[in-house]
Amino acid sequence: MELLGSKPTRFGFGDGLVELGERHSNVVVLGGDITGSVMTSLFKEKFPDRFFSIGIAEQNATTIAVGLALSGKIPFFASYGAFCALRNADQLRISVCYNEANVKIGGGHAGISVGPDGATHQVLEEVAFLRTLPHMTMVVPADYEEAKKATIAMGEMVGPAYIRFGRSPVPMFTTPDTPFELGKANVVMDGSDVAIIANGAMVWESILAAKELAKKGITARVVNVHTVKPFDFATVTAAARECGCIVTAEEHQVHGGLGGAVAECTAKNAPVPIEFVGVKDSFGGSGDPEELMVKFGLTWKEIYASALVAMERRDKGSSGVRALKEVASYTA
Amino acid sequence: MTAEVNASLDFNTTTFPNKRQSADDLKAVGNEIRRDIIRMLVRAGSGHSGGPLGSADIFATLYFGGYMRYNPADMNDPSRDRFVLSAGHMAPVLYAALANAGCYPKDEQATLRQYNTRLQGHPGRDMHLPGIETSSGSLGQGFSIAVGMAMSDRLVDKSDKRVFSLTGDGELQEGSIWEAAMSAAHFHLDNFCWIIDNNDCQIDGRLPDVMNVYPIDAKCESFGFDTITVNGHDPADLMRGFDRFIENQKNKTGKPTAIIAKTYMGHGVSFMNDKFEWHGKPPTKDQAIAALEELAQMP
Repeated sequence: MELLGSKPTRFGFGDGLVELGERHSNVVVLGGDITGSVMTSLFKEKFPDRFFSIGIAEQNATTIAVGLALSGKIPFFASYGAFCALRNADQLRISVCYNEANVKIGGGHAGISVGPDGATHQVLEEVAFLRTLPHMTMVVPADYEEAKKATIAMGEMVGPAYIRFGRSPVPMFTTPDTPFELGKANVVMDGSDVAIIANGAMVWESILAAKELAKKGITARVVNVHTVKPFDFATVTAAARECGCIVTAEEHQVHGGLGGAVAECTAKNAPVPIEFVGVKDSFGGSGDPEELMVKFGLTWKEIYASALVAMERRDKGSSGVRALKEVASYTA
Repeated sequence: MTAEVNASLDFNTTTFPNKRQSADDLKAVGNEIRRDIIRMLVRAGSGHSGGPLGSADIFATLYFGGYMRYNPADMNDPSRDRFVLSAGHMAPVLYAALANAGCYPKDEQATLRQYNTRLQGHPGRDMHLPGIETSSGSLGQGFSIAVGMAMSDRLVDKSDKRVFSLTGDGELQEGSIWEAAMSAAHFHLDNFCWIIDNNDCQIDGRLPDVMNVYPIDAKCESFGFDTITVNGHDPADLMRGFDRFIENQKNKTGKPTAIIAKTYMGHGVSFMNDKFEWHGKPPTKDQAIAALEELAQMP
């Protein structure tokens, strides 16, 4: 699994939208003032007749999208996730999902890697909310190509869908040929000692952790669960059964997101020790994306350490203290 | 119909045509809608009486005055005009209007709020009752959906289809209403007609006591609507309002229309009239019989 450069996932969303616009004349886009930032500006330039500026009014944009969807259009509305997943939560629940309206939402500036804008704009909670909504499809792509493919796929499926993407460049490791299917997790690296289940920018960090674990003779299975809903129970259950312990990694609160989904799945199908890498019940803050990822414990090092802890819990039935001590000296 | 039939707790099978007709005929339709609302609510044992009774004449004029163009036998016809009830709790009046138009069997009204019914407590699109364009009940949202529909018709499809949406007046306290109102004017939606049921009541009391929304007309005007205030219990005056909307659309004024319909909650039943206590409760059987007897005296 090689590094192919880096680009923000929002670029993939913007490029995917343009391609969708070329394929389907009924794709329309609603702007929420920050069109350059969430890359809907590309669609606006190409298809000005199918772009509507709604201004800074996320509740209205969401419900206008419903009206368009109920009239046979495929509307996309994009803003920052803090505002187009949570400010409009009621609209998403009742008007989008209860109606099963064919509305697509692009939520940008997700996670701590937003950087200098700080806590208000670093949405860390929306995956937990969105995956509880009946009929919702929820995707967290790992890199540029995957974001592009996910955008096209959600435009070509029928029903409510949400894509989460980030502001800062992230490593690219998938190609146009990498398989992508909504609802089907990708096993990125095979292994059987520990499963690392991740999405978004944390997939690359998981790959780095797996490479580091390999130096110790530990084979980690890295699973990219890009679609949090519908959840790929089969792939995650198999990973739990065949590896016996799990680390989850996401740029989101550890509560209710991907980690929560994995825990729900395995508690029922194959209970195994799980360690959760993510933001631990706190808000973000200003800073450079890289230093924030370190501060909030969202790098390969935490995944690596958590893998050792999870394996010790599995093998010795202990709390994993020994493993933690060992990695403390390693990662210092 | 005979007074005896009108006073009955049972549903009858009479339906009414959708064409321009006299104000007196529309008045009769409005009162049959009222009677069906009473019949529905007393069976359901819960639900909202005040708003539906108070807006019955609005629905009679809209659905049976030739303003909404629809085919009762095919409410999915893509060429139809659409109505969105943003004040979803007023569902019984919409259900009664659709039943009296022949969109679905009138006796199905008896299932209001029951298990598996198509007549959900608040409109649910998942139940596929003909004429229900969208789920609604979280206030403010239906109105904004209707603006999206009007955008689709006018800006994308370039059709002359009409979209109507009714909100309550307490509903105007929701901020998203004004986001959507701004959009309707911004996009020059002269195919869009906003009806405000202005009965001055909400669950907790009078509007100015709960949260003042007045002046409504000046607000609508300043947001870019051609605004007209009418007597919401006088079909002739309501027709004046809807005629103004049709004129605006025909003349391509580029302005959406707002009709402020002055009404009394519970109108037509003397012991409910203008009493906000009747916002969210159904009549008892005795009250229903009294109400139907009173309504039977009306046309």
